[in-house]
Amino acid sequence: MNGGPALEAIDVVAGYAPDLPILHGVSAHVEAGEVVSVIGPNGAGKSTLVKAIAGLVEVTSGAVRLHGRDITGRRAHRLAAEGVGFVPQSENVFATLTIHENLIMGGAPMPKSVAMERIREIYGMYPVLQERMHEKAGVLSGGQRQILAVARALLTKPRLMLLDEPTAGLSPTAAGELFDVVRGLSERGAAVLMVEQNAKAALRNSDRGYVLAEGRNRLDGLASVLLSDEEIGEIFLGQRRDAVGPGGVE
Amino acid sequence: MIGVVSYLVFFLILSLTFGVAVLGLNLQWGFTGLFNAGVAGFIAIGAYTMAILTGPSRDAVFGGFELPFVVGLAGAMIASGIGALFVGLATLKLRHEYLAVATFGIAVTIQLVCLNWEYLTGGTLGLIGIPNPTKAWAEGPLIQNSLYLAIVAIVVGLTIAALELIVKSPWGRMLKAIREDEVAAASLGKSPERVRLEAFVLGCMIMGLSGALYVSFIGYVSPWDFLPILTFQIWTMLIVGGSANNRGALLGALIVWGVWTMSGFVLSRVVPSEIQARGGAMQAVLIGLILVVTLLIRPRGLIGEELQVSRHARS
Repeated sequence: MNGGPALEAIDVVAGYAPDLPILHGVSAHVEAGEVVSVIGPNGAGKSTLVKAIAGLVEVTSGAVRLHGRDITGRRAHRLAAEGVGFVPQSENVFATLTIHENLIMGGAPMPKSVAMERIREIYGMYPVLQERMHEKAGVLSGGQRQILAVARALLTKPRLMLLDEPTAGLSPTAAGELFDVVRGLSERGAAVLMVEQNAKAALRNSDRGYVLAEGRNRLDGLASVLLSDEEIGEIFLGQRRDAVGPGGVE
Repeated sequence: MIGVVSYLVFFLILSLTFGVAVLGLNLQWGFTGLFNAGVAGFIAIGAYTMAILTGPSRDAVFGGFELPFVVGLAGAMIASGIGALFVGLATLKLRHEYLAVATFGIAVTIQLVCLNWEYLTGGTLGLIGIPNPTKAWAEGPLIQNSLYLAIVAIVVGLTIAALELIVKSPWGRMLKAIREDEVAAASLGKSPERVRLEAFVLGCMIMGLSGALYVSFIGYVSPWDFLPILTFQIWTMLIVGGSANNRGALLGALIVWGVWTMSGFVLSRVVPSEIQARGGAMQAVLIGLILVVTLLIRPRGLIGEELQVSRHARS
């Protein structure tokens, strides 16, 4: 393993069309064992950032480094072998495959015996998945689907986990359970970068945070400090008053 | 009675032959979600390859190698696979209806090449005298056709057995994963582009096999056999039978080909002779109606993919 933070994004310019960047030089970093949230109003470029890191959106300028090693522009399917787990936003389980088959898919890059051992460990961590292992993933609740998607990504013991709005559409209880899972990842030493619409809940469950607006860095710092930062209210004003109230994150 | 049996054998040979193409499409659409609207083109490649490899030599026309039937089948699959590889490399970055438009255009191009490249395909006249192996094994059309039906049934059985093994393998799971969420599949370390290409090539090889079986039975190949209506028929067979289910694909082939041939017979009896020439159009309308009705009242087909919702979700 090389030196440097688990993840570094440096002045990343990226977008879905070559001449129409969504990100205009965004930087962020995540240390091992740390949970970092990326928040911001709609259209800020949060999901684009995580997709650019995950190799799903072309990075036209800037760099992405994993433990000091340049992975800029590496395709999504190659990043799994580099120790990067990615959980896409919603619809991220294979609905017509069973829960067990979904987990087997997560272990595809590993030798079968190792994958099966990891699946047993995963069942120990998330008993609800073992109880329903032979059911189609399509019958799970939203929260259980997210847990399955995270568990599947965990099979290869990623050093960096990227989560794109993991609590989208979940009930408060299910979102709380999911944040517990995210905390568990960092306690096992993984670096976690999490994009979230629910800024308040995200910061409460993170060590640090980045606030993006219009594809640029606006604020960053300790999550506990950002929670009371008045400028965040201005950034979000008119966007999501339920997520963040004026005068800071309530 | 013998006439009925003869016709039944003839009907089963053709419907099972088309059933092979439906199985290829099922791999692409049913299991992988690839919208291939150029099925007729890949059947044509297989058919012409069979004709060139096994047919008699002709003046001023390429081929006539008179190779054995089995070599013709293998060659047809390989030629269709190579064609699909080039088409796939060029088009598989496209999604859904864009892929459909591209493959439809390619199939039309293939048909036009068959029509105009006389040295390779015989042009509008096509290629004749393609041998049916059963003619060397027995006397009499009924016995010969029965033997050919046995060959087709064996090919169908082997194709289904191989496809069942494939779709239950890790690669088969990957096909379904890509069909459902390509991004999630990519995040697990597999290249969706590569797997999509592999499924496209394998599906087209099976379509080429269908073309080879067809041409060897009919004994003649013509560019007019591979018009876009053939793609439409194969798609209807899959939708009616049920995609992502190999048994459904085969059932759809039997039903739709049955409706097609029966409607042709009825139209020839009830439609005034002066508009008989439009009978084919009426058959196409009928098939279209079946397709629409199926999509409205039973969108998963007669025996589609296994039901996804368990008792937990229904309660």
